[in-house]
Order: sequence, then C-alpha cells, then structure tokens
Amino acid sequence: MTVMEQRGAYRPTPPPAWQPRTDPAPLLPDAEPHRVLGTEAAAQADPELLRRLYAQLVLGRRYNAQATALTKQGRLAVYPSSTGQEACEVAAALVLQERDWLFPSYRDTLAAVARGVDPVEALTLLRGDWHTGYDPHEHRVAPLCTPLATQLPHAVGLAHAARLKGDDVVALALVGDGGTSEGDFHEALNFAAVWQAPVVFLVQNNGFAISVPLAKQTAAPSLAHKAVGYGMPGRLVDGNDAVAVHEVLGDAVRHARAGGGPTLVEAVTYRIEAHTNADDATRYRGDAEVETWREHDPILLLERELTARGLLDDETKQAARDAAETLAADLRARMNQDATLDPMDLFAHVYAEPTPQLREQRALLRAELEAEGEEGR
Amino acid sequence: MTTVAVKPATMAQALTRALRDAMAADPSVHVLGEDVGTLGGVFRVTDGLAKEFGEDRCTDTPLAEAGILGTAVGMAMYGLRPVVEMQFDAFAYPAFEQLISHVARMRNRTRGRMPLPITVRVPYGGGIGGVEHHSDSSEAYYMATPGLHVVTPATVADAYGLLRAAIASDDPVVFLEPKRLYWSKDAWNPEDPQTVEPIGRAVVRRSGRSATLITYGPSVPVCLEAAEAARAEGWDLEVVDLRSLVPFDDETVCASVRRTGRAVVVHESGSFSGPGGEIAARVTERCFHHLEAPVLRVAGFDIPYPPPMLERHHLPGVDRILDAVARLQWEAES
Repeated sequence: MTVMEQRGAYRPTPPPAWQPRTDPAPLLPDAEPHRVLGTEAAAQADPELLRRLYAQLVLGRRYNAQATALTKQGRLAVYPSSTGQEACEVAAALVLQERDWLFPSYRDTLAAVARGVDPVEALTLLRGDWHTGYDPHEHRVAPLCTPLATQLPHAVGLAHAARLKGDDVVALALVGDGGTSEGDFHEALNFAAVWQAPVVFLVQNNGFAISVPLAKQTAAPSLAHKAVGYGMPGRLVDGNDAVAVHEVLGDAVRHARAGGGPTLVEAVTYRIEAHTNADDATRYRGDAEVETWREHDPILLLERELTARGLLDDETKQAARDAAETLAADLRARMNQDATLDPMDLFAHVYAEPTPQLREQRALLRAELEAEGEEGR
Repeated sequence: MTTVAVKPATMAQALTRALRDAMAADPSVHVLGEDVGTLGGVFRVTDGLAKEFGEDRCTDTPLAEAGILGTAVGMAMYGLRPVVEMQFDAFAYPAFEQLISHVARMRNRTRGRMPLPITVRVPYGGGIGGVEHHSDSSEAYYMATPGLHVVTPATVADAYGLLRAAIASDDPVVFLEPKRLYWSKDAWNPEDPQTVEPIGRAVVRRSGRSATLITYGPSVPVCLEAAEAARAEGWDLEVVDLRSLVPFDDETVCASVRRTGRAVVVHESGSFSGPGGEIAARVTERCFHHLEAPVLRVAGFDIPYPPPMLERHHLPGVDRILDAVARLQWEAES
C-alpha cells in the first residue's frame, strides 16, 4: 500500500469532547462597582449598622491622623496611612466572627485595631521596637506583612487547615492593587480555588503602588476580573461606600463559611496621603485628582445618608468624635513614652533553643553592654 | 549499638518509613508537594502515604513552590505540622521568599508566639546524570538564613532518624536529601527505638590519626572511600559527617582536628562563599595552635552545575581529595 493510500484509509478518532471546567458567566464582576449609599438601596440599610460604621470610620480617621502626627514627631519610624480607605479597613474587621482570621498588609494597622488589637501593639512594627507587637492568636490577626502578597498563601493555608480540622473558620486577606502583580497573589488565588478554601481576598485598589498608577500595573478589565481565571467569583465594589463594602465582604464571608469557596473582592478607593510620610506624592499626581476623591470621602458619603434619614443628631456625632479623641489621646500618651528595649531579646526567639553559635554571640553582646554600662558610670 | 539482625534498606525507604511513622504518631503531620500523592513523589519517597492516610494528609498541590510553602505557613499557623516536598533543589528557588521572609523569621518576629514547625524536604546535589536544574547544591543559601535548621543525612539510619527529628522540631528545618544516596543500601533496623537523632550533632564515621576530612551528605561515602585509598599512602584519615549544617557542631569537628592537626573540608557545593569557607574559618579560629597546615577545601568548581556528561569532572572525587591531603605540609614532619 502506498503512503497516499494509507492516508486515505486513515480516519482520525475525534478528540474527547471539550467543555469549560466551569461556567464563567456567574463569576464575572458587575460592570460598575457596587454602591449602596446614594442609591435607593440605602433606605433598606440597617440604621444600627450605619451608626456603627460611622463611629468606626470617625475613629479610624482620627487614628490615621494621630499616627501620622506621631511620625512627624519622630515617635514612629514610618507610617503608611490608610486615610481615605477607612471604609475597607473597618468593614474587613466587622464582617468577621471572633474565630475567623485577618491577614493584614503593612497599611492595614487600622483593620487590626478595628478587630481589637491594641493600637500601640499594632504600631510596634512602625515604631520599630519589635516586628510584631501583638500576639497573633489573641485576636486572630496574622502579623502585619510587608513583602507584598506573601500573606495571601498564608491565609489560604490557614483556612484550608481549619477546614481539614472541621473548624468553622474563614480567613480574610488584605492586599493592594500593586500586590496583585506579585506571583504569590496568583499562587494564593489558584490554591484557594483548587482547594475551595474558605478565604476572602480583599484588594484595596487605592490607585497607586507608591508612585505607579494602576494603568501601568495591569491590562485587566478590572482587578476583580482576575478571579474568573481561577474559577472563583470576582466582586467589584465602591471602596469608599462603607455599607457596600460591608455587604459585599459579608456575602463573600458567608459564601466561604457555607463551603462555597473563595471570593476575590476589588474595592475601588483612593490613597489620600502619600505612600508613607517618606514619600512625596506631588512627584506623580496632581492636587485636583486628590480633591476629586476627597469629595467622595467614605465619612462624607455615610454622613449624607445618615443625615438624610435623620439618624445623625449632634449627640451621635459628638459621641463618635469623643471616642476618637479618647483613642487618640491614649495613643499619643503611650507612644510618647520611650519604648522599653532589651538588646538580649535579639537572641531570644531566633530558635526555640539558641544554637551554640548564637549563645556565643549573645555572650559577646552581653559583654559589650556591660562595658557600655561601666563607661556610663 | 544494636545487635539485632537487620535487612538492607535504601535511604529512600528509610525516608518513607520516617514520614509514615511521623504521620501515624501525630495527626497534625501533613505532607504536601508536587506529585507526592498518587505517584508517591518522583523519587517515590512519599510512596503509599496518600493511600494509607488519605489525600488530605498527603496532598498533590498545584505546581507552584511559593504557594506550597506559603500555604504550609498558614497550615502551621493553625497548628498543623507540614512536611513540604520540593521536587528538586533548583525547583525550590521560587519558594525562597516564603522561606527567608516568613518561615525563617516568624518565631522571631512574633517573640516566640508563632513558631512554624515546617520541614522542607529538598532532594539536592548531583551525580545522578540529571539535566540542567536537577543537580544543584543549594545548602549555602539555606545556611546563610538565620532561623532555619539545615540537616542532611549520609546514611540510611540517619535518613530516618534525622527526618523524624526534623518533623518533631518546633523550628523550621530544611532537610536536604542527597539524591545520589537515595538508592544506597545499608543494614538498618526500622524497629530500633534509638533511631531518632538529635539535630546539631556531627558524628565521626571513621577514626584516624593523620588528618580529618570534614564532610556531609553525598560526599560522605566519597570521603570514606578516599580514606580507604589513603591507607596505601600511609595516611590514616578520620572522617567527620556533619549531619547538621545549622546548628554547626563545632565541638565534634574541633575535637577531631585537635587530635589530627590537619583538616580538609569536602563538599559538592562550590568553594567560593560555600560552606567550606565558613567551616575552615571556624576550625582555624578554634584550633589554630593545633594545626600543622592550613585547612583546605575540596569542592565543586565555581561554575553553574555542568551537563550530565561532564559532571564527573566537577564533583569532588577520591583523587581530588587525596591530592588535597598530600598538600597538608607533611614534609615539615620529617
């Protein structure tokens, strides 16, 4: 038989039928960020929740201002402010149950505080007397994470472990728009979806990764759209609408708790302050842009709604302000005391037991300290 | 010393047995990695574990090393004791950020409140004819990272004992498995209860009076062979198997060098900025007045790992070791 005859006789077997692994349509985010405040839906919002969010936002704004002031006074080494992003910070803390876990980045000390962490302990990293100032197990808040997006796989692993143990625990992880470009963002979302881990990812898209705007960070239709590639739902929300963020995150947490797997939430917000006190935002953005966002301020939006519904009398306003001033005064007073430092702590927690080499180095430091002490006499 | 009659076993079998015993003894021990489940690992070290303990205890993960180690961190935060398999030395590099910025530091960062008892198993080293990226000696990277323990077995019994100790450790341990010793056989009794080895202790594999060969992992059998060959030259070499690179057993190493007065460090890793530089410095600082000659290093060359058909020229062999021993200034004695 000739080759051509053989070919003529060849009847290819059709490949196995192809089907998408999952229907992408229900995973897609809405075309516009979800909003409640300023819409008809706002009338349905629980007055108690509105007041609670309001009090927390006012507290959060004051906390940011106080921490920024402490930095200018030299009491903090550096402070990445979440001014303008308080709705995300507060809602992330409020949607969680006590047994749940929060995984903050370095800009999320407010979320940790809103969850119950002592503000002084939350700011230990930025004051510089240690790295993590609080016991992560006490309020189930993971250490503030500086390397971008690396906390996301931790949240996935913890949520997965809790589910393996049969515990009803959800993990909520915070990351910024810049962090979504990191490999760990991709790996965490992929693991979470494959394992159907009870975890919620909240991307606070505040417009900038230090100086680099989102347009240079991604070509995706939105950051929420990235969810679809992992087979998880993506939700887009107005990050300055505290009620909307609370609703979307609450839904995602309930979905995860019910065994529905992970959700990616993109909250569109804006970093009103520079990246940190050490940054100069005038080098990469104009005042006009910042002013536009100030008019879309999370506290302002909530105040308008509360006022329109007659829920914000002077007394409520004053009570929120008083609570904020109390927090600020306490923070100021305690941060103005010099930190207690023990250089020997440098060796105390590197290993469960110091290695022989560390014992030698510890002895060296102790001798140096003793010599210093004698000189000082 | 055990006197029980024992059957020969391979290092890979001893590692499997260690994992199995650890998982049976402690339900918080979880194995995760690429191909560790159904396949049993590319070196078959996790063979049978998924079947015996279920896929939740021995899990095939997506193919992403940072994700594997990163999720292991979260699992350890919640009280599990993950044992992570990195498929090959060079494939562990994507996980470096998780290892260095989190695994190694979490205990310190949290003042001891959040220890991470994670074992990271890494098959390492050459000599198996592997193509590019399958034969690296990556131990120097790990040794340079405070907060990690770094151990590597050279015998079947140590493979079991050290892996059990690594999994039981409340600190993270990088467990380096010499690939070319996976199939090495040794008389070994898995029922011997004395087999859990303490991390941080070196052992004298062969006693001798002339000079000390300080080595670990895949180079231990090479040094023992060199010591046998050296007898013909009239040298009686002592061989110290470090077993633990971090913590480093200065005591055992220096006791040996003080007895012999001469030392050669032998490893596959390159010599520049490699483990041998640290070891030679430590020995010199502590044993200077006992030394008859400078501490020498016999190492792989400072080159990217060679293609398999050339690797025999790269790896330290008996001849290169004996040449170094010959340079230990013997003429001064006569």
